[in-house]
Amino acid sequence: MKVRIPSPLQDYTGKAEVEAEGATLDELLRDLDRRHPGLRFRIVDEQDRMRPHVRFFVDGEQAFDLGQRLEAGQSVQIVQALSGG
Amino acid sequence: MAPRAPKKSVRSRGPVVLVATRKGAWILRADASRRSWRSDGPHFLGQVIHHLVLDPRDGRTLLAAAKTGHLGPTIFRSSDLGRSWKEAARPPAFPKVAEGEKGRTVDHTFWLTPGHPSQPGTWYAGTSPHGLFRSPDGGASWEPVSGLNDDPRYREWMGGPQDGTPNGPKLHSVIVDPRDPAHLYLGMSSGGVHESVDEGRSWRPIIQGMEVVDGLDAANITFHDPHCVRISPANPDRLYQQNHCGIYRLDRPGTAWVRIGKAMPPSVGDVGFPMVVHPRDPDTAWVFPMDGTSVWPRTSPGGRPAVYGTGNGGRTWRRLDGGLPRRDAWWTVKRQAMAADAGEPVGLYAGTTSGELWASRDQGRRFSCIARHLPEIYAVETGEPAR
Repeated sequence: MKVRIPSPLQDYTGKAEVEAEGATLDELLRDLDRRHPGLRFRIVDEQDRMRPHVRFFVDGEQAFDLGQRLEAGQSVQIVQALSGG
Repeated sequence: MAPRAPKKSVRSRGPVVLVATRKGAWILRADASRRSWRSDGPHFLGQVIHHLVLDPRDGRTLLAAAKTGHLGPTIFRSSDLGRSWKEAARPPAFPKVAEGEKGRTVDHTFWLTPGHPSQPGTWYAGTSPHGLFRSPDGGASWEPVSGLNDDPRYREWMGGPQDGTPNGPKLHSVIVDPRDPAHLYLGMSSGGVHESVDEGRSWRPIIQGMEVVDGLDAANITFHDPHCVRISPANPDRLYQQNHCGIYRLDRPGTAWVRIGKAMPPSVGDVGFPMVVHPRDPDTAWVFPMDGTSVWPRTSPGGRPAVYGTGNGGRTWRRLDGGLPRRDAWWTVKRQAMAADAGEPVGLYAGTTSGELWASRDQGRRFSCIARHLPEIYAVETGEPAR
């Protein structure tokens, strides 16, 4: 499925939209990390919690749980709040 | 992460000065006289770089501790003095805990220390919140040092994320005894100074003689706040410490710190963050005092920045402000942001919170500004690059 990548993570992917697979959001992020090593740890911490300032949207709806199931054809968007000076 | 190549190759015969800032890193290379400097950077523009260190064992490997305001922490490695970088495959991270338990999370790696010369590839990292990590492979992967991180006494002394400095508690000053790879020291701000003689499997506090803030119990290790601890390369039985409550010296095998900062001028005091020791003379050391009165402005006292140096182990101190602004300079120097090189005479380098790098070629007698308009400087290290 398609995953939209925010600009701070495009050093890993090289582009704003990439493909990844998974039956859950967690599986999708692990697949994303296999394809683009290092990416997952910068948005999900070692306790498998979403890091501050990062949000996940599935077909436009915010996902609060990495265990959320994904369906074929859905799109995932990773959003980062670029606040601060 | 895509590697970044410098704009051009620079050859020199002097030291390198590694500058880590709130928004990237710079590498300054000197000619043999240390009069001419060329800057290579920014590396990692926009990323918070807490420490950038050259491995003295090969003169080529650099490690950078990085994060951004929006991304988690990581370590970048270069094996060619910064021409290219590769991200660690497994950056420092606490173990994942079972469902329902409260696990710790590394906010950022704060401190990097190369291991003993007999253990090439070994590095240590100190994190915020407090955690000690070891890499066996040149910084590519990192494992927690459980003997410290999971010791119940240490968990209590470390406190939680709210118990440290405004930017989080810091595990710092990881020191490897040059005579013995199993003999380690570290500092926790706050949480005391500690020693291991078995390569980190067990630890013991060394806080005797260290003072705490008035009204607090000095017997409570949590209240001890070492800002920076350094070992004398020329005499590894001597340690110096800049603490929240003064400047200290410890001569081993003794275990009692002596407050040598009492000899500082009362109008300046002995509060500060960095501590630097001469590479060949154990009696010579330098500090950079700051204003620790009232709400702790963390500026140069009176707006008049100065290094203070001792040549007799702290019995007396001399003000060294030649070339520095004489007034109205309200910056200071953070705990990792002052360093000495191995030159003769020794060069001193101080990176300021206002983004200036000041250098002295004569052990602090006279300073000149060799870089300005950088972001807030978090750390300054020196190194001798391989030829």
